Amino acid sequence: MSILSLFVLIPVLMLGGLFLSRNISQVRTVATIGSALQLILAIVLSVLFCMERNAGNTAEMLFMADHLWFAPLNIHYAVGVDGVSVLMILLSAIIVFAGVFASWKMDPLPKEFFIWLILLSTGVFGFFISIDLFTMFLFYEVALIPMYLLIGIWGSGHKFYSAMKLTLMLMGGSALLMLGILGIYFNSSADGELTMNILKIAENNAIPIEMQYLLFPLTFVGFGVLGAMFPFHTWSPDGHASAPTAVSMLHAGVLMKLGGYGCFRVAMYLMPQATVELSWIFLILTGISVVYGAFSACVQTDLKYINAYSSVSHCGLVLFALLMWNTTAMTGAVMQMLSHGLMTALFFALIGMIYGRTHTRDIREMGGLMKIMPFLAACYVIAGLASLGLPGLSGFVAEMTIFVGAFQWTDVFDRVFTIIACTSIVITAVYILRVVGKILYGPVQDKHHETLTDAVWYERLSTITLIVAIAGIGLLPFWVSDLIRDSMSVISDRILQFLPL
Amino acid sequence: MNYSEFLGMGAELSLVVLIILLFLYDTFAPSKCGKYLPATAIILLTLQTLFICFGENTGKMLFGGMYISVGMTVVAKVVLNIGTILVFIQSVPWLKEDDVKIRRGEYYILSLITLLGMYIMMSSQNFLLFFLGLETASLPMTVLVAFEKYRKNSYEAATKYLFYAIFSSALMLLGLSYIYGAGGTLYYDMLCLTMQISPMMIVGLVLFIAGMGFKLSLVPFHLWTADVYQGAPTTVTAYLSVISKGAAAFALMVALVTVFYPLQEIWSWTLYAIIILTITIGNLFAIRQQNIKRFLAFSSISQAGYIMLGIMSANAYGATSLLYYILIYIFSNIAAFTVAGVIERKSGKLCIDDYNGLYKTNPKLSVVMMLAMFSLGGIPPFAGFFSKFFIFYAAVGEGYYVLVLIALLNTIISLYYYLLVVKAMFLKDNDNPIAPIRSDNYTRTALVLTVAGVILIGLVSAIYDSIFDVVSLAF
Repeated sequence: MSILSLFVLIPVLMLGGLFLSRNISQVRTVATIGSALQLILAIVLSVLFCMERNAGNTAEMLFMADHLWFAPLNIHYAVGVDGVSVLMILLSAIIVFAGVFASWKMDPLPKEFFIWLILLSTGVFGFFISIDLFTMFLFYEVALIPMYLLIGIWGSGHKFYSAMKLTLMLMGGSALLMLGILGIYFNSSADGELTMNILKIAENNAIPIEMQYLLFPLTFVGFGVLGAMFPFHTWSPDGHASAPTAVSMLHAGVLMKLGGYGCFRVAMYLMPQATVELSWIFLILTGISVVYGAFSACVQTDLKYINAYSSVSHCGLVLFALLMWNTTAMTGAVMQMLSHGLMTALFFALIGMIYGRTHTRDIREMGGLMKIMPFLAACYVIAGLASLGLPGLSGFVAEMTIFVGAFQWTDVFDRVFTIIACTSIVITAVYILRVVGKILYGPVQDKHHETLTDAVWYERLSTITLIVAIAGIGLLPFWVSDLIRDSMSVISDRILQFLPL
Repeated sequence: MNYSEFLGMGAELSLVVLIILLFLYDTFAPSKCGKYLPATAIILLTLQTLFICFGENTGKMLFGGMYISVGMTVVAKVVLNIGTILVFIQSVPWLKEDDVKIRRGEYYILSLITLLGMYIMMSSQNFLLFFLGLETASLPMTVLVAFEKYRKNSYEAATKYLFYAIFSSALMLLGLSYIYGAGGTLYYDMLCLTMQISPMMIVGLVLFIAGMGFKLSLVPFHLWTADVYQGAPTTVTAYLSVISKGAAAFALMVALVTVFYPLQEIWSWTLYAIIILTITIGNLFAIRQQNIKRFLAFSSISQAGYIMLGIMSANAYGATSLLYYILIYIFSNIAAFTVAGVIERKSGKLCIDDYNGLYKTNPKLSVVMMLAMFSLGGIPPFAGFFSKFFIFYAAVGEGYYVLVLIALLNTIISLYYYLLVVKAMFLKDNDNPIAPIRSDNYTRTALVLTVAGVILIGLVSAIYDSIFDVVSLAF
């Protein structure tokens, strides 16, 4: 069995363990051991992957395995990873690990909460290892539906509305996706040997251009809904604001990455010609996402809404960079996925911890938290600085790479949009510093807050894991960026050869 | 006439023997043995299923080409049998109630006679035999709908069902007479060979589809569905919604794909419109329903639309996906009806609002209901996802992109109302929730079997593969 299948097997075994657990401590034990195992496995995988690469194995995907599943329909269970998938798996493992500790005191129904959370993570891991369109889509939908119950049962605020809106919008995206996948499959080969395997479809390169014009928008929008592309982002603020802490972390940190990952792995990689010709439409949309999300974050007063809109802006930047389709920009896009995943997860974890103490998320009702809970406040500052792109933290590396890549295009259209997107850095600084100044410094707004305590051990563990990862990418970006560049150059070269001269 | 030909109808013959055995048992067994009747019926039907599954020799053409038994019809019969067994298991507690207890034997016999009618309808290669099978299937059904004879609703539903059944039969007979007039024969193979497109034949075809549309409750022939489903006893509703729908869908497919194959241009556009109407209107009406049985009625209307998609592609993939869809639909819908039936029996509550907070008091029932809803809504990793994907696969393979897109957008609407049930059970609070229910062993068996089906039928690919192997022989 391939090492990759363990990433699906472990969550499934965890589900079994959780199902049999009788009390909260057993639930915690199973969740902790399982997520720790997964984190170790993810680290082992990335080490093995690098060893293979250093040994000179230049195959596009490594650790491949292929089992025939539905023979008459050519559906296989096929797995394989390249550098990007390895990093995405590592990111997911870190965030799931941190998420388990962030929901240590989950109440009510802790057992059910962890069952749904782990089911969600099964879908996420399965998605990143799949190279068969059907399995990929299957895991994609497995990752979506637990959100309904996670938000609906354990959420806050308008949770019924948000949960339903989020589920229906994401399922709407996946409806487009299903048609797109079927369309790709039935056009996957010129000589009749139809296949769902992504690598084989790319190798055949047989999708006729008129079908690409239909299928590219279907798949790009289908995944783009999850990537919070304007105007399909509206589920994101409501969903994030209503979700419980660990779910917000996992959703913003990992699930939204599924959108970006799918966009380049399926839509752009398999349909390069349509990518070249149609990407200007989506470039406009993502450009709007970037700026609009940042401006919206400036006027919100709820901490979670601020971060949700900031996610719209940052995820917009991911899609924006992908649509610039040169290797540098696309490398930056994946760096941004990692960086955004980690820092948003950190943000939501911290907001959850602050809310758990102050019982308000309204920034007007908080102040001076630096004196009351210095550890959480310091972490919040670090997350904020990562978000606005301070050198030394992950955000800087990602945004720098993206804009350097985007600026390589010298035509007016690309330049204008690059400059527009660049302004988001400034606007990000505005809303981050506004929040930091308002809630962490200044006088204490509410005298009841003065008696509050700082983080306890499991909260510290959760946040420190994330901060170490953020600083790691910021200080030692080359390991990560080399890994990404090798994988992304395959895709960008494929697209660039269709570039009109 | 060569009477030994009857021996060739293994499935039908064994079912007739089974009916006679049950009749004799019910009539002559000493009254203290009466309580073993349900178990006997279930075991005998299981044995009969195994017999047709493994003992039936296929590839026969009997009675001068009127009757055929091939692998595909055997699969269809086995699928219906599995559904009937599940319905029988979940109906046992209902049959212990006072006013239906003494007519318990009749329930089994009538259900099995309808099943016999469906067998004949699916195996027939002649429209006359087809019609006989159809009528054999629908008249006992009326009696079953009226089974709770002291309840006014049951009566009303039966009357409605009877009138609609007669009306649709009349329409279909008219259509068949047109087909006979235009084609000069009622045999499928002869009709197909000599088929010429004439206005008379087209009128016949349309009337035939309309007649089947009533049985399948396709829009615009669906108006009876909600009232009958609501009025009939819940187990009978379950039977009506899965078994008779499955049989009619299969028979319609056989007729359209074999007899009217030369007219595919015409019937595919007719079905195209009907599918869009059925799925959309079924979905839109389901949103507004409060009564769980009416809700499931409209949901089953829209599900019938999805089943029809399998006919559109008119190839082995379509036929396999249709049978597979029916199989999975049987498991999901019976799971939902079993939960609804248990709750109705123990608490008398049928409203979706009454399900509020159900998870706190009855976690297991809620989980089963949720799985059924997820499967009906097409959420992976449950079976409904696979059946939906494969039926779309078949349709896209034939180039029906727009139709599939409309159907896919409709799955979002359907997901909305299926989630409303989940929301009631899991998310909402209730000051006056349904008290904890202790279900009996038969209900538990039914629930465990349906849940196992909902989880496993999709993931275990051998089921689809083996259906495909058998079905592809017929194309």
